[in-house]
Amino acid sequence: MSVATESAKPGQPTVRTRVARPGLLSRIWANRISYIFIGPFLITFVLFILVPVVVAIGLSFFSFNAISMPKFIGWDNFLAILSQDRIFLQYAIPNTFKFALIVGPGGYMMSFFLAWLINQLPKGVRDWFTLAIYAPSLASGVAFAVVWPVIFSGDRVGYLNNLLLNWGILDQPVLWLQDPKYFMYIMIGISLWASMGVGFLAMLAGLQTVNKELYEAGAIDGISNRLQEIFYLTIPAIKPQMLFGAVMAVVGTLKAGAIGAILAGSPITPQYSGHLMINHIDDFAIIRYELGYAAALSVLLLLLVYGATKLSFQLFGSKEDE
Amino acid sequence: MKTLQMMTRRSGVSLARAWRKAKAVDWFQRITFLGLLLLAVFMALPIIFIFNHAFKPINELFLYPPRFIVQEPTLENFRDLFLKTQSLVIPFTRYLFNSLLTTSLTMIGVIGVSSMAAYAFSKHVFPGSKFFFALTIFALMFAPEAVAIPRYLVIANIGIMNTYFAHIIPLIAAPTSVFLMKQFVDQIPNELMEAARIDGAKEWLIFFRIVMPVCTPAIATVAILTFQGAWSQTETSNLYIQVESMKTLPYYVMTLTNGLANNVVGQGIAAAVGLIMFVPNLIIFLVSQRRVLATMAHSGIK
Repeated sequence: MSVATESAKPGQPTVRTRVARPGLLSRIWANRISYIFIGPFLITFVLFILVPVVVAIGLSFFSFNAISMPKFIGWDNFLAILSQDRIFLQYAIPNTFKFALIVGPGGYMMSFFLAWLINQLPKGVRDWFTLAIYAPSLASGVAFAVVWPVIFSGDRVGYLNNLLLNWGILDQPVLWLQDPKYFMYIMIGISLWASMGVGFLAMLAGLQTVNKELYEAGAIDGISNRLQEIFYLTIPAIKPQMLFGAVMAVVGTLKAGAIGAILAGSPITPQYSGHLMINHIDDFAIIRYELGYAAALSVLLLLLVYGATKLSFQLFGSKEDE
Repeated sequence: MKTLQMMTRRSGVSLARAWRKAKAVDWFQRITFLGLLLLAVFMALPIIFIFNHAFKPINELFLYPPRFIVQEPTLENFRDLFLKTQSLVIPFTRYLFNSLLTTSLTMIGVIGVSSMAAYAFSKHVFPGSKFFFALTIFALMFAPEAVAIPRYLVIANIGIMNTYFAHIIPLIAAPTSVFLMKQFVDQIPNELMEAARIDGAKEWLIFFRIVMPVCTPAIATVAILTFQGAWSQTETSNLYIQVESMKTLPYYVMTLTNGLANNVVGQGIAAAVGLIMFVPNLIIFLVSQRRVLATMAHSGIK
């Protein structure tokens, strides 16, 4: 993963030590003020991010039910997941890929495209559209848990049913949230609706910093239409923001998976139609108390997230310090 | 009635004026404007819906055929929420208080901790600084949902289970906030700090007198993002708190809405509390939209 860290900046606050090449300990002591500054962050970071990930990796090799002592079983959890867990193989994996591939890249491309469109408009009206497109991402989660069951209600009183019946598209009401045929699509729809979040704002802000002269120079160099402009000028110019947006899209997609449990009212969706890896983890961790098994699932999910992030870095990261 | 007409006309006029004032509006911009307008209206439908639903009297909530727009708006649902739940073991106001308290403490904590770390990452060079910052970038992709159980074990072992700290401390570790702040602090010229240092200013003074004031847009952004995350998360109430009186508002919403499709009794109350959850998010963003975008311009990972 290529991560840019700037080279030494002038005007450092470090107290210059008299020794020509001081040892590590004395350098650390000389910079104690810096460690005090990052200390609180580092402590919470280690406690709530690093340790949980390490513990998850460790636990994944144990059989642990939260009561008796953990028992080391090697790769057995992973073997069981990949060979015997029918629900995982039949529902969680295909569902997760379907959901992630549509909501992740789909939401990301929508974010970029809408940010670009808004940026084409005159300045005075941009704020209104930004608010309108961004607001749904504020409305995800529990606050709107009341809205979806009412809109997608399965009887004639349901708003969607009523609308479609009136328009003659349906001839009888559909049980939107109970029918496995539709459940996944509703999850995807709501997640896409709410996917213009932080990444969208980052790309929009990035677009506003692009120098206008770049486009004039591009026009002279033979760029003739807006599509060429996007691919040859705009995207390279806001690559760093595109990368930030991509990372946020990966994390956002994982978080968006919670919508299934909200719609169904339990971690288990109708006939596993919206069963994602995250639900599978919750099922084993919170309902069945098979913590080792759940940890092994977590590790697989983290690997998936890591892979997706790495791909984003390869697409949009700066190459020079690789 | 007359004033209403005037008001709608005036707002229409101002939008039209802003539109006309923009020079050289070409056909592409016209089509984009129309297309975005349609999309924005479509996307706003669920939001318009919750605003209407929360103000519907009980007979309108279950009207057939259902009406999207409220006919006779009433505060009945909000009154029920505040008064009826007052007789329950844990009244609604208790959840609201818990949420307000823990969310504001979380915001203060994240802002303090993140801006301190950001300043050191940006302007100090010390052994391990690059490594720790690389780790922070790496952690941008971290999602606590994936490791809920190990986090539970950590929280149980440091002894903050069933305290308000369990709502706050796990959220203090915010790599995204540190990253956004650091990118913003990078913009402050080093000469500014150097001059202060020559005048004998200590690091803390520089941090509070120079860095923090310059970084207000970034602080506003971090505050908003933290608020959004903390205000609506159910993780801490679900997992780390067993005492009912210490759980937060989103948890209460969840208990109201679970299985709502079958249970129609609490729908008005649920809509009201959903609106109460949503509106602060909207208002805070509305107020500081410009500052957020100013911060986000520096959000790129180079």
